[in-house]
Amino acid sequence: MSKDTLFDKVWDLHKVSSLPGGSDQIFIGLHLIHEVTSPQAFGALKDKNLTVKFPSRTVATVDHIVPTDNQSRPFKDSLAEKMIETLEKNCLKHKIRFFNIGSGNQGIVHVVAPELGLTQPGMTIACGDSHTSTHGAFGSIAFGIGTSQVRDVLASQTIAMNKLKVRQIWCDNKLSSGVYAKDLVLHIINKLGVKAGVGFAYEFAGPAINALSMEERMTICNMSIEGGARCGYINPDEKTFSYIKNKLCAPKNDHWENALTWWKTLKSDENSIYDDVIKIDAAKIEPTVTWGITPGQSIGINQQIPLLDELSPNDKLVAEEAFEYMSFKPGQSIKDIPIEVCFIGSCTNGRISDLRIAAKVLKDKKVSKNVKAFVVPGSERVAIAAKKEGLDQIFKDSGFQWREPGCSMCLAMNSDRLIGNQVSASSSNRNFKGRQGSPNGRTLLMSPAMVAAAAINGKVSDVREFIN
Amino acid sequence: MKSEFTPPIGKITKINGKCISLIGNDIDTDRIIPARYLKCVNFDSLGESVFADDRKNLKGRHPFDLQENENASILVVNSNFGCGSSREHAPQALLRWGIKAIIGESFADIFYSNCIAIGIPCFTLAKELIQKIQKYKDDKFLFFEIDLKKSLAKSKNLNFNLDIKESSRKMFISGEWDATSTLLENENLIENKFSQLPYIKFNTNLL
Repeated sequence: MSKDTLFDKVWDLHKVSSLPGGSDQIFIGLHLIHEVTSPQAFGALKDKNLTVKFPSRTVATVDHIVPTDNQSRPFKDSLAEKMIETLEKNCLKHKIRFFNIGSGNQGIVHVVAPELGLTQPGMTIACGDSHTSTHGAFGSIAFGIGTSQVRDVLASQTIAMNKLKVRQIWCDNKLSSGVYAKDLVLHIINKLGVKAGVGFAYEFAGPAINALSMEERMTICNMSIEGGARCGYINPDEKTFSYIKNKLCAPKNDHWENALTWWKTLKSDENSIYDDVIKIDAAKIEPTVTWGITPGQSIGINQQIPLLDELSPNDKLVAEEAFEYMSFKPGQSIKDIPIEVCFIGSCTNGRISDLRIAAKVLKDKKVSKNVKAFVVPGSERVAIAAKKEGLDQIFKDSGFQWREPGCSMCLAMNSDRLIGNQVSASSSNRNFKGRQGSPNGRTLLMSPAMVAAAAINGKVSDVREFIN
Repeated sequence: MKSEFTPPIGKITKINGKCISLIGNDIDTDRIIPARYLKCVNFDSLGESVFADDRKNLKGRHPFDLQENENASILVVNSNFGCGSSREHAPQALLRWGIKAIIGESFADIFYSNCIAIGIPCFTLAKELIQKIQKYKDDKFLFFEIDLKKSLAKSKNLNFNLDIKESSRKMFISGEWDATSTLLENENLIENKFSQLPYIKFNTNLL
């Protein structure tokens, strides 16, 4: 059993009681809500005649269903309109702070909370969305919950949960040029498998992790869930503190000093005990691309899609399913596979640094005429910052469509979606069957830089040929 | 799909029903209920859309469309079932289709908690035993009587000792699996915790 890790410390700090049966009652320091997984939770409160216990500890935004072309109200899609209206009414009724479209602070919930300084070290953070693990990049313990648990947090600010085990993923050396946080996390998921993290929190550590910016760390923690780990985190350091400083909701003045003093005590002890430790050599990782229907089915850009015999018996079943669905052949090179749609955005890679990297690749280049390409900033703040730097113009000049912030084609709840069996190069997080809105659509996950390279060439390409 | 839906409530000690087998590892919640069906403010109409894309692609040959599986209520799956998105819409759709319990090699964490929260016990069994059930199921109907007190699944010819997290099992047999009221019993402790947390004090500008 783990001992003295950051996870243990934050868990113990937030433990309210031991529940009959063996799970713990955990206080949730910050609760984030959005339009898809909250309406039924508010409905349940009403049915049970309950109120929101600590409205100041819940913050709302709207992201999954928002259109990215025309955001004027009412939305063209009446179901989407009903969902945003329901959220507006619920927030108003229960006095919950809501960052609506046009507020200047709306966006994907996992982009918004960190950039507003809501996400802080040592907190427990929950949201009805599996990518809540993103916030662990700040040394918080953050995890996705279902709607029944959203109801529980609204009603009691606590949830019942079994304590997770802790696996440290130690990343040695550093990433080479043209290789990004996305490549690292895809590589980790490939090495450990998509279910290795079930029952675990992942602590990402080591020189390669320390070298990452906060936004890159968010990319890593974001995809913990794709490796099965409901929670992923990184011990906070000076980068964490300086990222938070002066953000809208960050502690100010004397409170800042008090916060800093406490935050500096928050890390895994040197001799802390883990349930498991895994080592990864970051220097050996190439730009990485998925070829299948799970985020674990990935290879380096210069590798071939594996032969069935090269896979473990456990992986064969899903690999066979992937070959059939993707119409790719075992042994085929991933490089040069034709791409029809390019998507840059999502809570994994829709932040300003992601847009900067992609824009750098695209500057003075044109998107292939066979490709439909669009970029969806992660938030209104990201969009404003990008425009200030002229990134929107670089994207538009290259042939990318510049859209309004939202989740968009990561999960295709709005009108942005694949058609038929189109192949997309996507900076998002899931390549599941049908994920991007077409029951036959095919998704290749990669870094935003690699998506930009694929857009220019109209096929899967090595971005290092553009930047080196 | 059942025409009238009543959610499970109170003690769950026995589940009797026909098995439906769904073969495949890493079946994610996007497949159980594709995102476009999440455009709703309640769960009522989800049952008919369960596995919508997979069923469309299989043109009537999907297990959830086969006549032999009509009125089945015990779903038998392989490993890492329910991975991906945290959408509770996935188990809600299964529940509304008629699923009352799931037996699998393993489950994704959030999916598992969602099932427990809405009254679907999830049991695990070794891979070989799951395959044995799924193979048996290929030939004929299989009915199970699941006894939660004994963690046992009984049929005419096959008996299995099922695994389930002890905390979940206790909750179901005591009838206290609807967590909200249990959590609110500790209201004083919750208030104390709130006032003790260091960061509550220095986050005065949250609202």
